[in-house]
Amino acid sequence: MTIFTCILLVFLVVCAIAASLSKKLLNTILIFMSYSLIMSIIWVLLESPDLAITEAAVGAGVTTVLFLVTLKKINAIIKKEDSREETDE
Amino acid sequence: MSKRLSEEEYQKTFSGKFRRWLSGEKDPFLGEVEMRRQEVRRESEAEERQREQDEKLLKERVYDLEHNFEVRTFQKVYRVFSVLFCIFLVVLLLVAVSDLPHFGHAENPVNNEVAERYIEKGLQETGAVNIVTGMILDYRAFDTLGESHVLFIATCTVLILLRRDRKKGGDTGEAEKEDVSDRLYEPKNDVILQTVAKILVPPVFLFGIYIILAGHLGPGGGFSGGAVIGAGLILYLNAFGFARTEKFFTARTYRRMSFGALACYSLAKSYSFYTGANGIESVIPLGTPGAILSSGLILLLNICVGVVVAGTMYTFYVMFRKGDY
Repeated sequence: MTIFTCILLVFLVVCAIAASLSKKLLNTILIFMSYSLIMSIIWVLLESPDLAITEAAVGAGVTTVLFLVTLKKINAIIKKEDSREETDE
Repeated sequence: MSKRLSEEEYQKTFSGKFRRWLSGEKDPFLGEVEMRRQEVRRESEAEERQREQDEKLLKERVYDLEHNFEVRTFQKVYRVFSVLFCIFLVVLLLVAVSDLPHFGHAENPVNNEVAERYIEKGLQETGAVNIVTGMILDYRAFDTLGESHVLFIATCTVLILLRRDRKKGGDTGEAEKEDVSDRLYEPKNDVILQTVAKILVPPVFLFGIYIILAGHLGPGGGFSGGAVIGAGLILYLNAFGFARTEKFFTARTYRRMSFGALACYSLAKSYSFYTGANGIESVIPLGTPGAILSSGLILLLNICVGVVVAGTMYTFYVMFRKGDY
């Protein structure tokens, strides 16, 4: 279990750095979403499932969708087909 | 015997003015706040010459990086200092963290009489099996009330910032064009998305309702359940478009839902604060711990918070996407 937690934490750090360094905004948002997903698994491991539910719904779902809509509005996604939003619960 | 005033006289009285203000006939800003269209700026020849000169000067002094020694040095120093500052900040924070008491130690300052009371008497006093919910919605319900209101205010701000006014929008053609271009990519007959939504949305809603209703029995509560339901609504909207969702969820529904939930919450909490502060025995029974209808007002409060959060999430999305509904 400890190894699993360590792997998740490493992923978390990698995601955080990659999100800030990535050049494309769309990639940043997707990385940010995976960050939230990993964070919600970590919440479960830290024995707070209520936070995990909230993180998965808000962090990975709603925030990502709002970011994507905003990107589409400001025409930051060049390929329009990519902007089709999907929610991940 | 009261005399019925003529229409003209009635308009002059206070109640007449108030009625007109209420029905929106009179613009309260008219004559009070100066409102006029910004004039198109035209520059004279002298100004144009001045501007060109300024631009040239600016280019020589600031943007001509290859020949500007000062700017180049400044940029180098700036980079070095920013890295140094970051390292300093990281070291400072790490030192501060290492100074914190060890996690989970019995002697820690967090393990005081407050936590003791919550754990020992929580079930008995609030009737909630889930101590966290008991804390959030009973001992510290005032905080949660504030949080719900903050969420509501946030939606109001989003509404003010993003809402498109159709009536006074001036150039309506542009708004319509925008609308069409937005709906161009709206999945009209996306079979994959629609099938997935058909399968996923009911369980998502059920799960959200379960989280809200079982908030005092297990992990969950109003906020998480509301967020799950909001995400489900967004998924449904994405799959089937605005025409389907507007049948059951409009701005009016949202206003009524939030107002009802917040008023309900405030009333319920005022009651319990009143009885608690005056030492009056509350008439609401705590019930048997573990039953769905237990722990006094917590179930009701959870439902209120859930309704507000679900509506808020959905409204955020609609406002970002379309600007009105």
